[in-house]
Amino acid sequence: MSLNTRKSLGLFRAMLRIRRVSEAIEAEYPENSMPTPVHLSTGQEAVSAGVCAALSPSDMVFATHRCHGPYLAKGGDLNAMMAELFGKSGGSSGGFGGSMHLVDRGAGFMGGSAIVGGNLGIATGAALASRMKGDGRVTAVFFGDGAADQGVLYESVNFAVLKKLPIIYVLENNGFSVCSKVSARQAAPSVFLKGVDKRLLKASSIDGNDAVAVLALAERAVKRARAGQGPSFMECVTYRIAGHAGPADWDVEGYRDQKELVRWKRRCPVQRLKRRLVKQGVDSDVFSRMENETAAEIGAAFDFARKSPLPDSSDLFQAT
Amino acid sequence: MEADPSVFVMGQGVDDPWAMFGTTSGLSGRFGPDRVFDTPLSEAALAGVATGAAICGLKPVYMHNRPDFLLLAMDQIANHAAKWTQMYGGRAGKVPLVVWACTGRGWGAAAQHSQALHGLFLHVPGLKVVLPSSPGDAKGLMLAALADPGPVMVFDHRDNFRLTGPVPEGPYFTPIGRGIIRRAGRHVTLAAVSSAVVMALGAAETLKEKGIEAEVVDLRSAKPLDAALVAESVRRTGRLVVMDTGYPAGGLAAELVARVAEAAFGAFLAPPLRIGIPDLSVPASPTLEAAYFPSKGGVVRAIMGLFG
Repeated sequence: MSLNTRKSLGLFRAMLRIRRVSEAIEAEYPENSMPTPVHLSTGQEAVSAGVCAALSPSDMVFATHRCHGPYLAKGGDLNAMMAELFGKSGGSSGGFGGSMHLVDRGAGFMGGSAIVGGNLGIATGAALASRMKGDGRVTAVFFGDGAADQGVLYESVNFAVLKKLPIIYVLENNGFSVCSKVSARQAAPSVFLKGVDKRLLKASSIDGNDAVAVLALAERAVKRARAGQGPSFMECVTYRIAGHAGPADWDVEGYRDQKELVRWKRRCPVQRLKRRLVKQGVDSDVFSRMENETAAEIGAAFDFARKSPLPDSSDLFQAT
Repeated sequence: MEADPSVFVMGQGVDDPWAMFGTTSGLSGRFGPDRVFDTPLSEAALAGVATGAAICGLKPVYMHNRPDFLLLAMDQIANHAAKWTQMYGGRAGKVPLVVWACTGRGWGAAAQHSQALHGLFLHVPGLKVVLPSSPGDAKGLMLAALADPGPVMVFDHRDNFRLTGPVPEGPYFTPIGRGIIRRAGRHVTLAAVSSAVVMALGAAETLKEKGIEAEVVDLRSAKPLDAALVAESVRRTGRLVVMDTGYPAGGLAAELVARVAEAAFGAFLAPPLRIGIPDLSVPASPTLEAAYFPSKGGVVRAIMGLFG
């Protein structure tokens, strides 16, 4: 098996895991056992998988409320994630965070913020700390097109360029902020990149449903960051197959064209990479083994979450 | 900064000749541009930068010429720095961040350069708020803020920059959340912060001539608030006047009066009194400023009113 095929299989495994976890959440969610809003990454798996595959375990990732994908791709503990969604004390945030505030510092997943642009500055500060300490770590921050409406993006990027910080700004442009289309909020595609000086900021817009392309671009960005050449900006154009929050079939109607949804489902990043791997000669056994392993891992994580105790009311002050 | 290499100072102009009204004088020459640096006028992002650096083990001091600019950073302070530890159940680390701002008044600085906003931050869980009233506490509270594992807001007052007083050599810590009795008295408790402590001590001198012995409590911290010390004082004096540099409505004075009333309602011989700045934007012209800010004469008259 060639190195490229091995890399692609790794990407596929990461994406499959995110997809199957989302599906398991969707199946369980109507049971009301997860008392927290969930924002699924269905359709956007290639961005998380591609970027995180370019990072080392000690590198750092910050994300938004839609943080399941980056959390899992960065190596976040699945048991702790599921327990957090169930509101249990074994959760990644001990039941204080819910689905929007997953954290696994051991895996370099530094946290999700429900304020969409909120982590842009904080991630920039983490990169500043890396530069000041000389620890060689790179930080990636995931955010959506909604955050690209906010001024804090330009403020953060300016500072990162000024100080040549080892950071990658990963814009997951999924087309919607809740139900508001990009076209209702921004004057032109990639308006935030208009006039960007390429000598200052390495910025690119790519197909965010092509995990291999995302990985290749992220690898270049990581290399730049480690070489002290400063920040990179990657716009990954993708689509939110699930609704804003909750299971896909709970999505409200009337804000998007169903044909558009069908068109993007055909561009599913998971299936797309699978087709490519099949063409490269990967045996179907490999896929079924991966499916089985993933299913077993998810089943065990749900068991762990169910068995974990709820926090005690006396835990309320534990983190003050 | 000598004792702890993880401390650094950032803020607009911290390395310029103004040096934050002299607060950061000489720092950049001594500790270099990596530890003392100027910032873009990007308060929202830079408050996040300071928070992110704190999460990653450094101790940033983010300085602002005026507290008015903190409003641009409110998301990062209230939604992020203040919440970070608790919303992740303590598993995302601490935020040893110090945010410093200089409250000013006078000389026509007007509505957006003279605000006293510390009361806003009292409302946010996860923050500490300190207001030194003396040169010694300016150092002791700053060192305590730096030693604190969580975010601390330090509000200095420009009037205090004219004060002189003992400042011990070497490191020492003024405890955050503990007030101190600056002057003992038995007829009325004047509980104050920052430059209002100076005014309270002046008012106490004048009141003494009128036969009223005022006890002056310097709160030193607005959050945590040493209401117990004030309640204990009111149990002795029977009267409470809160003197704040900020707005009485929903702020420090309102909170303290409520807390003392909860603890020592039966001790009151007269209704509690709040002295702060009016519920109006700060005006520029000298005559309007004089009418806006409390004067010693006005304060003394108001306190005398408690004695029928």
